Amino acid sequence: MKLLLENAHIEGIRFFEAYRKHGGYRSVEKALKMSPAEIVEEVKKSGLRGRGGAGFPTGLKWSFLAKPEGIPRHLVCNADESEPGTFKDRYLMEFLPHLLIEGLITSSYALGSNATYIYIRGEYAWIPDILEQAIQEAKNNGFLGKNILGSGFDCEIYVHRGAGAYICGEETALIESLEGKRGNPRIKPPFPAVQGVWMRPTVVNNVETLAAIVPIINMGGEEYGKIGVGKSTGTKLISACGNLNKPGVYEIPFDLSVEDFIYSDEWCGGIPKGKKLKACIPGGSSVPILPANLLLTTAKGEKRLMNYESLSDGGFQTGSMLGSGGFIVLDEDQCVVKHTMTLAHFYMHESCGQCSPCREGTGWMWRILKNIEQGKGKMEDIDLLWDVQRRIEGNTICPLGDAAAWPVAAAIRHFRDEFEWHVLNPEEAQVRNFGLAHYADELLIQN
Amino acid sequence: MNIQFSEEKLNKVKEIIARYPEGKQKSALLPLLHLAQDEFGGWLDVPVMDYVAELLQLKPIEVYEVATFYTMFNTKPVGKYLLEVCKTGPCMLNGSDDIIKYIEEKLGIKPGETTPDGMFTLKPAECLGACGYAPMMQLGKFYKEHLTKEKIDALIDECREGKAKIN
Amino acid sequence: MSDQPLFKVTIDNVTVEVPAGTTILQAARQAGPEVAPPAMCYYSKLEGSGGKCRTCLVEVSKGSEKDPRPMPKLVASCRTTVMDGMEVKNYTSERVLDARAGVVEFLLINHPLDCPICDQAGECHLQDLAYEHGKAGTRYEFQRRTFEKHTLGDKIQLHMTRCILCYRCVMVADQLTKKREHGVLDRGEHAEITSYLEKNLDNEFIGNVIDVCPVGALTDKTFRFKNRVWFLKPLNAHRDCEKCCGKVTLWNRGDEVFRVTARKDQWGEVEDWICNDCRFDKKKTSDWVIEGPREIARHSVISANKYIGLKKPTETIDEVIGKKPRLFMDINKVSGVNRKDIDLSLIEGPAHSIDFDKDK
Repeated sequence: MKLLLENAHIEGIRFFEAYRKHGGYRSVEKALKMSPAEIVEEVKKSGLRGRGGAGFPTGLKWSFLAKPEGIPRHLVCNADESEPGTFKDRYLMEFLPHLLIEGLITSSYALGSNATYIYIRGEYAWIPDILEQAIQEAKNNGFLGKNILGSGFDCEIYVHRGAGAYICGEETALIESLEGKRGNPRIKPPFPAVQGVWMRPTVVNNVETLAAIVPIINMGGEEYGKIGVGKSTGTKLISACGNLNKPGVYEIPFDLSVEDFIYSDEWCGGIPKGKKLKACIPGGSSVPILPANLLLTTAKGEKRLMNYESLSDGGFQTGSMLGSGGFIVLDEDQCVVKHTMTLAHFYMHESCGQCSPCREGTGWMWRILKNIEQGKGKMEDIDLLWDVQRRIEGNTICPLGDAAAWPVAAAIRHFRDEFEWHVLNPEEAQVRNFGLAHYADELLIQN
Repeated sequence: MNIQFSEEKLNKVKEIIARYPEGKQKSALLPLLHLAQDEFGGWLDVPVMDYVAELLQLKPIEVYEVATFYTMFNTKPVGKYLLEVCKTGPCMLNGSDDIIKYIEEKLGIKPGETTPDGMFTLKPAECLGACGYAPMMQLGKFYKEHLTKEKIDALIDECREGKAKIN
Repeated sequence: MSDQPLFKVTIDNVTVEVPAGTTILQAARQAGPEVAPPAMCYYSKLEGSGGKCRTCLVEVSKGSEKDPRPMPKLVASCRTTVMDGMEVKNYTSERVLDARAGVVEFLLINHPLDCPICDQAGECHLQDLAYEHGKAGTRYEFQRRTFEKHTLGDKIQLHMTRCILCYRCVMVADQLTKKREHGVLDRGEHAEITSYLEKNLDNEFIGNVIDVCPVGALTDKTFRFKNRVWFLKPLNAHRDCEKCCGKVTLWNRGDEVFRVTARKDQWGEVEDWICNDCRFDKKKTSDWVIEGPREIARHSVISANKYIGLKKPTETIDEVIGKKPRLFMDINKVSGVNRKDIDLSLIEGPAHSIDFDKDK
């Protein structure tokens, strides 16, 4: 069942005419006849969870928004998508810009935002034009601007381009950046719901979250909540990449098994050249990597499904997270140490430098990993690496510290033998990547 | 070089500032720096940043702080064509190392360097959000995806002939 | 404000009552130095400071009377306000001590450790922090970070390698002067304090950046390499100044004024800001009315008995560096001033060379 991408293949769906013809903007018409509180209630009933990575219930987040008299409120759309492995929001904005705009209008109405901003990562340099055109079309047709559809509600949507900083995906850093400052995350509290952009109450939501508001209003929160499994309601966009036959953006039902997603021809179509599955990061680079055996089945021996609960089954010991849905697959020839090293470099490069554990620790981890990868490591380095990540995690201002620590921790937890191999075989480690057993076919279930 | 936006660009500046609440014109800093970088040679020289500071009534240091924070703003001159090749996780899995090495050999420059003719700058980049279409690079405003050596050859030829679209 | 509700907070088993809105750190300071967490970036007189260095992390073991659940993560005590009935663990929490040891290690891995030639030595918060929470030796095996040299003018010396990016000096420039000319540029581990254009910082109050700097990143050029602070005698003094309060601490050796700073309280924070004239230009004792010796409450070697009761490292120097150190000279034989039997703080008035005369 597709809720977001159902019409993605239709010719000209990027433009208002085709989009409207296929049922577009119905949710705005419906929503403007409801009260803002009723819409928030529908979103709560839907059980929608933030699609940016944290999975926080959207309706609950909306209900936290402070509403003091006389102070404007703002909705900000987080389109800063920069988690390695994730590229779904780009797909939505590029091919279905009106879906996002539609969701934004309804959400702005629900939250009382008369000026709504889309903060898009600077590298997506051609997308603002697409969005601005969609905004203009919506405006020309009375869905944006003053007195929308005669409801008395005014709303403008502006596109604000970032300029290359992963950290601006963190909501308070995004707010700082939107204010024209360095993307240094703020120290919370106060939370954006009370003091956000320009010290006004602000809600920041991911692109996919806001797009999902459209089907929720169209079908009603309760109906939406029935789709899916447990607390994973609706559908999820997955960005599949790495060593796959058919990488790309997929809208999946939450009862899909990981195995089907990777191997079935309907989805990713398996691994190129018939190679074995070695490992996978199922939710964007920050979440723990899992070896194939633990990816396909949980430690309890159940089939693992593509949803919030199942992917995190077993905690960090034997599970991972759905995160933002960036599904990175590593085949048998890939080197976990090298892969972890590139991620460590990424976090070092993207640290804002504000707080000491992240500023100093991310670079330290990368340097140790580089040494091990290049065959210059010592056995003690593996324990040192563990100790460094442990002291970053949880001790930083924003979640970037955790995001940098978790991949390293998980790589050591599940692939320690591979790190040790690099230390013991320094010359070989320099010239070839290395794959170790943990393969799906062998299904070695560790308790 | 005369650091001054054209009438048309100044109108654009006004329009951008108007997107934000009154007195919050600092919010227009990132969009204006993009505009200035495109206009004044692909990088932000000190007079350019000072000009933007003046337009927004900011202290110059506030502009320097922001310009040096974001990777897309170049505070040193770059070549006409900036080849930003992604090298993070998923692109690495799909051979971005080889792509970078190939460009290095082909153009005779190291990462961060510019060719003597001022045409190309090679800049390895962190994740650009095109992981499913790896390996990839950003050239100007656009993404070049599923890169191969042949594609690189063709792209560089296009640039040399002035046919490559970057804006 | 008598109608303001008072909240009861317990920090390391010491209970205090503080007004609503007080931070854990401020409450702990009221409870006493024994339970107060260290702070490298927080500065009560600078708006918006704190939260960055993570040295003041504490464990909230009970959220409040109403909601007794503990907080899952350690919190920055300088930016977390108290709730009624809150219970906080600082020195009594293993988790806190471990995290803090981690922070000290992070702050030190790229620090040049050039204390022997650093003017801040002896009154450096990082030295204190390292002494109290750090380990001897380092696990960092890579080259330490360096920066291109930048100048901030003829009065203020910038040593970027020593900087811990507390942002205090940026806030001083923002909040005390009309026009800030220096700031934090670049990001991540390359983030640095500079004026970008080698501009001289020029403002009547900019000298205060030296006093707020917790380390030796910003030091007084008029005092540079002239003396060690522990050889100097701090004196309270004042003068009529039309720009500032004129209340300062003079750092004297005999009659000679080596340095002028603002008066600092036991947390190392200035009592009142002073102007550049008082700081840099009034270097004669006759410029000042001397009030008497100033007690330095808590800072490393210049305060007597600071380290009593602390656990000192048990390793010998040989063990730490792995070989016998080669001594160029025995300092006690050649220098008359470094004598165990002379306690500088016990000398009434300025110290004179006669005080150090061995044959006295």
